[in-house]
Amino acid sequence: MALLEIKNLHATVDGSEILKGIDLVVEPGEVHAVMGPNGSGKSTLSYVLAGRGGYEVTQGEVRFNGKDLLAMAPEERAREGVFLAFQYPVEIPGVAGMTFLRAAVNAVRQHRGLPQFDAMQFLKLARQKAKELGIEEDMLKRAVNTGFSGGEKKRAETLQMALLEPLLFILDETDSGLDIDALRIVATAIDSMRNAQRGMLCITHYNRILNYLQPDKVHILAQGRIIRSGDRTLAEELEEKGYAGFLGQAA
Amino acid sequence: MNRTALKTAPERPTPLLHQHEALARHIPGRDGWLGELRAAALDRYRRNGLPGRGTEAWKYTNLSRLAEVEFHPARLSPEQGPLELPTEIAAVEGCRLILVNGTLDRQLCDFAKLPKGVVVSGIGQEIETHPARLQAHLGQYSADDAAPLAALNTASFHDGIFLHVPEGVIVSEPIHIISIGAAHEAALSFHPRILVVLERGAQATLVESHAGIVQQPYLSNGVTEIVVGPGAVLRHDVVQDESPHAWHLNYTAVAIGEGGRYESTTVQAGARLARRETHVALNGTRAECRLDGAYVADGESHVDNTTRVEHLAPHCTSKQLWKGVLSGSARGVYQGKVLVARGAQKTDAHQLSRALLLSKTAEMDGKPELEIYADDVKCGHGATVGDLDQNHLFYLESRGIDREEAKRMLIEAFVAEVLDNVTDERVREALARLLRHRLDGRR
Repeated sequence: MALLEIKNLHATVDGSEILKGIDLVVEPGEVHAVMGPNGSGKSTLSYVLAGRGGYEVTQGEVRFNGKDLLAMAPEERAREGVFLAFQYPVEIPGVAGMTFLRAAVNAVRQHRGLPQFDAMQFLKLARQKAKELGIEEDMLKRAVNTGFSGGEKKRAETLQMALLEPLLFILDETDSGLDIDALRIVATAIDSMRNAQRGMLCITHYNRILNYLQPDKVHILAQGRIIRSGDRTLAEELEEKGYAGFLGQAA
Repeated sequence: MNRTALKTAPERPTPLLHQHEALARHIPGRDGWLGELRAAALDRYRRNGLPGRGTEAWKYTNLSRLAEVEFHPARLSPEQGPLELPTEIAAVEGCRLILVNGTLDRQLCDFAKLPKGVVVSGIGQEIETHPARLQAHLGQYSADDAAPLAALNTASFHDGIFLHVPEGVIVSEPIHIISIGAAHEAALSFHPRILVVLERGAQATLVESHAGIVQQPYLSNGVTEIVVGPGAVLRHDVVQDESPHAWHLNYTAVAIGEGGRYESTTVQAGARLARRETHVALNGTRAECRLDGAYVADGESHVDNTTRVEHLAPHCTSKQLWKGVLSGSARGVYQGKVLVARGAQKTDAHQLSRALLLSKTAEMDGKPELEIYADDVKCGHGATVGDLDQNHLFYLESRGIDREEAKRMLIEAFVAEVLDNVTDERVREALARLLRHRLDGRR
């Protein structure tokens, strides 16, 4: 069974159609890159999959592990194993990072029939995972993403991935706002979580992050449709020609 | 001269006058300076009556229904029997003084732990035994024509607390004054009175709690006067957790001398109608004050925080942060006036009011105001009213946290910011628990 199966997905925002029939299948263990110019619908696709309000699906369906993903509330999707890594993770002052992480991990564990962590057990686990990812312990003490640099926010998200153990990563321009070193750290961390069950949908403008993640398939999204799909070499071709070349072909 | 001929405005209702008259012959301090003070206050109450809608200071809080309740004056002798304090209030340790229906009932205080010279006593007893200790300050800070209920307190109070900390003395143990509305067949009214005087360089921590353990309506009409001497520091945390049918009115006046500091955090979580007014006069150079508050209201309840901070000397600072969470058909009010007098250069004054409205029928009136007569000042004010941030909600949900829990976390975080400045950890935890408890009860 496919991990993620998107069929003829149409979605509108404020009445205007942004996604105009997306078809995409991600098998367990696969990494797919979705590339496309600004306004092509990349972020809309990631938000529709994660269940953000304000997006209306007008046609099509999405199956996650065979289940109807679009029928689920955002928190159910997360508990089932969908993780959206935000392009701009929000700062939430006043909500302690550890309180948030523990609430999230326990909600997911409860859904999966696993025992809950108490505060001490969880602190130990979070420290260990943070250490593995090279995240300073001080970051754990702060409020959710509050006062973090762009790089720190993305690293905090990798810690969330490591703790929540999702089945599908949706990486929404995770490379944006990162310098070369920060990109290497974040991309390497994500790559290390790759396994035979887990799938990834990596949304990006640039080839650079793909050098670390080595996608199995590359799709070019333009004007709400996938206009080309191919293997890793498609991203390189795209880097040479630019979107203009492909858009011309599509028209 | 014919008095009636002078009247121009229609007469305003003066409820509670007959309760006052019923007690007048029994209250302590009917003669001498205190008798005169009481008579002047009574006259002020008679003249002004209950504030009407036309009174600017009372534009958003309507007391007219107060006149519809038949209140009975609380007995002047202490209530006997066991007393179950609300959990959050009992959690605050330290030297405890408990007023039941306005009368000092018990002092659970290890006086040996207090530094020598510190006076903590019932104000009723103080009037009988050491009236001279009160004379310089009692009633000197709360004679305000826009606060007729404070005048009624001055005319009618029979007991309360007097705290005096001599020059240079530091009291490390928190002093906790607890005013309780207790069981009675009829609706009661009482007028707790507190006078706190910190002499030059003195320091103390005061916790003032108001709670009810009764379902009947009652009126707690308190006045607290505070003198912070030059270089003195008072930390004053206030808990208002009255019964759901209670009326809570309070007028707190603070006079701060040169280099003195007053810091206060107020939590309002109870009462059907509550109005707390805090008036601060920064009288000496480099005086500082910090007024913070958090409030939670639901159902039909009404909660009002009104502040007036007067910068009367140069180089003074005042900071205010007020945050409220309103649901149901609750109504919140924040009126904050900062006055910078001529010559009060280098004033640094900030006030911010933020409210979360969790229902369409909840309402908030926020009115921060600046009145400035000096030209070299730094003043800022702001007021926001809104709903929870949808981006924050979605972020938490996208990590598996359900909507209700996500809301709870965000609301708690919103108000918790106000508690950051509460220095005593036990007090901070008690306030946080009270807020959490009220927020959870909302649903």
